Amino acid sequence: MIHIVVCIKQVPDSAQIRVHPVTNTIMRQGVPAIINPYDLFALEEALRIKDKFGGFITVITMGPPQAENALRKAVSFGADDAILVTDRAFAGADTLATSFALASAIRQIEKDMPVDIVFCGKQTIDGDTAQVGPGVAKRLGLELLTYISSIQSVDIDRREIVVQRRSEGGVQVLKTRVPCLITMLEGSNEMRFATMPNMIRAARTTVKRWDRVAAGIEDVTKIGLKGSPTVVSKVFAPSPKTVKAEIITTNRGAPDEIAAALLMKMFGRYPHVREELHKQPV
Amino acid sequence: MSEETKKPAGKKKFELDPALAEYRGIWVFIEHERGVAHGVSWELLGEGRKLADKLGVQLAGVVMGAPGEDTRRYCQEAFYYGADHCYLIEDPLLKDYRNQPYTKGLTDLVNAYKPEILLLGATTLGRDLAGSVATTLKTGLTADCTELNIDVDIRSLLATRPTFGGSLLCTIQTLNYRPQMATVRPRVMAMPPRDTTRSGGIAEQKLSMIETDIITKVLEFIPDQNTNKINLEYADIIVSGGKGLKKQENFQLIRDLATVLGAEVGATRPLIQSGWVEAGRQVGQTGKTVRPKLYIAAGISGAIQHRVGMDASDVIVAINSDPNAPIFDFATYGIVGNAMTILPALTQAFRDELAARAAAVPA
Amino acid sequence: MEKFDAIVVGAGPSGNAAAYTLAKAGLSVIQIERGEYPGSKNVQGAILYSDALERIFPEFRDEAPLERHIIEQRMWLLDDDSHIATDYRSDAFNKQPYNRYTILRAQFDKWFSQKVSDAGALVICETTVTDLILDGNRVVGVRTDRENGDLFADVVVLADGVNSLLAKKAGFHPELKAGDVALAVKEILFLPQETVESRFNVKEGEGVVIEMIGKITQGMMGTGFLYTNNESITIGVGCMLSDFKESGVSPYLLLEKMKAHPSIKPLIQGGEMKEYTAHLIPEGGLKAMPQIYGDGWMIVGDSGMFVNAVHREGSNLAMTTGRLAAETIIDLRQAGKQMTRDNLAVYRAKLDDSFVMKDLAKYKDMPGVFHANPQFFTTYPELVNNAARHMLTVDGVDKKTKEREILKSFTASRSLFGLMGDAFKMWRAMR
Repeated sequence: MIHIVVCIKQVPDSAQIRVHPVTNTIMRQGVPAIINPYDLFALEEALRIKDKFGGFITVITMGPPQAENALRKAVSFGADDAILVTDRAFAGADTLATSFALASAIRQIEKDMPVDIVFCGKQTIDGDTAQVGPGVAKRLGLELLTYISSIQSVDIDRREIVVQRRSEGGVQVLKTRVPCLITMLEGSNEMRFATMPNMIRAARTTVKRWDRVAAGIEDVTKIGLKGSPTVVSKVFAPSPKTVKAEIITTNRGAPDEIAAALLMKMFGRYPHVREELHKQPV
Repeated sequence: MSEETKKPAGKKKFELDPALAEYRGIWVFIEHERGVAHGVSWELLGEGRKLADKLGVQLAGVVMGAPGEDTRRYCQEAFYYGADHCYLIEDPLLKDYRNQPYTKGLTDLVNAYKPEILLLGATTLGRDLAGSVATTLKTGLTADCTELNIDVDIRSLLATRPTFGGSLLCTIQTLNYRPQMATVRPRVMAMPPRDTTRSGGIAEQKLSMIETDIITKVLEFIPDQNTNKINLEYADIIVSGGKGLKKQENFQLIRDLATVLGAEVGATRPLIQSGWVEAGRQVGQTGKTVRPKLYIAAGISGAIQHRVGMDASDVIVAINSDPNAPIFDFATYGIVGNAMTILPALTQAFRDELAARAAAVPA
Repeated sequence: MEKFDAIVVGAGPSGNAAAYTLAKAGLSVIQIERGEYPGSKNVQGAILYSDALERIFPEFRDEAPLERHIIEQRMWLLDDDSHIATDYRSDAFNKQPYNRYTILRAQFDKWFSQKVSDAGALVICETTVTDLILDGNRVVGVRTDRENGDLFADVVVLADGVNSLLAKKAGFHPELKAGDVALAVKEILFLPQETVESRFNVKEGEGVVIEMIGKITQGMMGTGFLYTNNESITIGVGCMLSDFKESGVSPYLLLEKMKAHPSIKPLIQGGEMKEYTAHLIPEGGLKAMPQIYGDGWMIVGDSGMFVNAVHREGSNLAMTTGRLAAETIIDLRQAGKQMTRDNLAVYRAKLDDSFVMKDLAKYKDMPGVFHANPQFFTTYPELVNNAARHMLTVDGVDKKTKEREILKSFTASRSLFGLMGDAFKMWRAMR
C-alpha cells in the first residue's frame, strides 16, 4: 500500500478580491481562506494514485489554527488523515524555516508509517517562491521532481517512478526512485468533486494538532523568525506613474480616423517603434 | 522612487558576522538547455554588473554542462554581457539538467569560492536548482524579485518583490547568511548591451560525482508539438486581449492585428482560464513578464495583476470602452472605444503603412 | 445512506438557530449550505437584536463577535440637500445588558456556525440541495449536487433564504413577486475607531444607527441606513424590486448619490471601501407568507417571508422562527410523535404566540399603503424640509406669516383632503 504525504497551505483567496463596480477600488474585506490552488493539483494526483494502486493519504500543513479548515477540505476530497502543525514558535518563518518544520513533521509521520511519495504544490499564491518543496526534499534526502506535468508509472515493488517534467520547449521524461518529492505543474489534472460520504467524513474528522514538540523539533533556532535567513525590511506601495495616457480622439470619432491619428502621433514621437514594425520582411 | 510606509525606530547598527566577511563577489548562474542559453542569464549579468560596481567587486558567470563547444561559447557570451570571469564545470553527467548533480556542482563551487551574492533566473530550471542550493547551503533565497539594490555599508542585497497579491511591494534582506540568493523572472530586468570586446578568465572545477551516485535518469526529451512556438517573453511587438472583448470569436481580431504587425499574441489570465487562448500566452503576475517596444492592449482593464507583467513596455496603446479603466493611468496612448471596431481599423492602418513603405522601397 | 433526525437547508441565522437548538438537544442534524462558508451568501445591515439570540445563547455577549452596542437612533427625513432629524439617545441603552448591537455578518455567521458544529451538527458547505425527496406527499429527505448525495431524515427544515428555489420547486409557495421583495445594496467603509467615535459623538463600544427616508430613493419606495461598527461604517439603501424595475435606476448609483448627500458625505469622509454587497429582502409581510409547514417539512427565516420591514427586523425573526421550529421538532420527538402536517401545526401556534406573528399581523397592510402612496418618499420629505428651512431662516419675515406659508405649501401640494387621507391611511396601517 502506498503512503503519500501531501503538503498544503491555507492562503487568502486573492481571486475573490473584487473590484467595486463604480469606484474601481479593490475590496479586501472578508476574503475567505482557501487551499492554495496549486496544492489541489498535488492532492488530486495523490488521489489518482490511491485510486489506482490503493493507498493512504496524509495531508499536512504548517499554519495557524484556522488552517484546520483547509485540512478538513482536503479530507473531504478523499485524504485519509490530517495533521496541523501549529505553534507560536513558527511565526515569521521564511521558506527555509518552513521546510525545516515540515521535514521534521514528516519524519515523525514516517515513524508510524513509511512514506513513499511527498507531494507539494508548485508554489503558493500568497508567497509565490516555489521553495518549500525543494527545501523539504533536500532535508529528507528525497529525490526532487518539480514542475511535473504527469506521472507515467509507479512501481512500488521495484521502488521506481517515471514522470514527465516541464522544461523549456518540451518535457523531460525522468525515471527515479521512490521515496521522492513531487511538485505538480498547474493544469496537469482537474480536482474531483467531493462526494457526500467524504464530506460527511470530513465534517466528523478530528484534525490532529502537533506543536513543535510533537512535530519532533528540538532546535528552536531553526524555526520561525529565528530560523529565517531572510527578513522583510520594509513593505510599501508602488509609486504611481504620474503621466496618464494621451487619449486619441478625433472630431468625428470614426475608427479609421482614430487609427490614423494614433499612428501619426506614435511614429512621430517613437521612431524606433516604426523601425521595429518595418523590420518585418516586406 | 518608491515611498516607505515604515521605518524601524532605533535599530541597532547591523554588523556582519566576521566569518562571512570572506564571501566576496557576485555570481550569475548561466542557464542553458539543449544548445540554447536562456536570455534571463544575460539580463541578470546586466543587473549583476550594476551591483558589482556598487560594491566594488567582481562579477562572475557560472556555467555547467557537458564537455564541448557550447559551454565555452556561453562563457564567451557571459563576458560580452558584462562578466569579469567565469567558473566552469564540465562533465558528461551534466548533459541534461537534473537536480542532483547540478545542485552538487553549484554548492561545491560556492563553498570553494564563496560569492556574497548568487543570482539565478526564475525559470523552471532556475527555481528547481535555487531551492535545493539554498537549502543545502542553509542560506536565504528571495524569489521573483522585481528590483535589486545594495546597501553598501552592510553589503546587503536589497531584494524587492511583490506581496499581498501584487498590490504592495516588500524588500527582503538576507543579513547574516551567505551567499545571498535571489531569482528574477525573465524580462523583468533589461537586456544589457553586448560588448564583443570584453573577455575574461575561466576557472574550471571538477564535478565529483559518478553516474551511479545520481538516482534520477533522463529517459528522453519530448519537444512540444506546437509548431507555432510561442516566444512571448522576447517579442518586440505584442498584441494582447482581455475580457472586454466579450466573446471568444472576437479574439480573432487580436490575432489578425498581430499577423499584420508580425507580433506575438498575449492575453490576460481570465481568457486563459476560460480556454479562449493557450496558457503560454498569459501576460501578468502569474504569467509572463514582457517588455516589448510596442504593447497593444484591447479590452484589458489594466488591473495590477496584468499590469506588472507589461508596464515596462516602451509604448503601450490601450483600447477600452470604459474611460475610467485603470489602464489609462499608465498607458502611453489611450483609445476610448469599442475594441471590435477599433482593432480592424488599426489593422488596416498598419497594413497601409507597411504597403506604403513597400512601395517606397526600390525594387 | 445514513438517516438523520433532521436536515437543515441553509446556514444563515434561521438555519443556524434551528440546527443549534436541535443538536444541543441531542438530535442528529446535518446542515447543508450552498455557499463556500456559512454567511457567504448572506447579507444583512447588520443589527443584532439581543432578545432573539439570548434565548438561544444566554451568554452570547461573552463570545460572539459584536461591534458596537447602540445607544442612539436617528431618523432622518431627507430632501435633496438637507434633512430633518429625530434623534433618540438614552443612557438607558448604555446599561448592560445591551439590547441592540451592530455586527459584521461575515464574522458573526462564522462564530454562530462554529457553535453549531461544536454542538454536534454536521455542517456541510459548498453543497446545494437541488430537490426534496418525496414519498407521496411526505418529504423524506433531500437530494444534493454531490455524488451519493441523497440524505434522509424525519424532517427537513428549509432555511434557504429569500429566493428559496427549493420551496418554489416543491410547490410550497408561489413565485416571489417583485412587489414583495426589496433589493438592498450596502458598503462597509473602513474608518479609524477614533474617527467613528468623534464623528458620532460616542465612546468606545457605543454605536449609532441612522435610518433614512426621503429623496435619496428618488421616488421609489425604500429606505437608507447607516450603522457604526467598531472601525467601519455600514451604509446602504434598499428599495422595492418592482420600483427598481420600473424606474430603471441602478442600485449602485443610487447608493453613490446617497453617499454624496451633504448630510451624509461628511460622516463617511475618508472611509476606505472594504466590502460591497447586495441582497434581496422579503418585504411582502404577512400577506405574502407561504404555507410554512407540511408532512415532513417546515420553513423558517426569510424563505417564510418572516421580515418586519417597517422596523427593519429580519434576523431576529429568522433566529426566533428557527428556534421555534426546532423546539416543535424536539417536543414531537420526545412525545414519540411523527412529523406530520397535523403534528407540526404546533409550530404555527408557537409563532402566533410570539412577537413574530403579532408584529407581522400588525403591519400587514404597510407594504400596500406605501406602494400606493409614493408621496411619502418624495413630497412629504420635500415639504417638511422646506418647512424647517423656512422656519429656521431668519430673514425678517415674522413667524406667524411663515407658519401660514408653510401650511399653504402643504395644502397646495397635497390638498387638505389629501393630507387628511394620508394621515388616515398611515394610522390605519400602523394600528
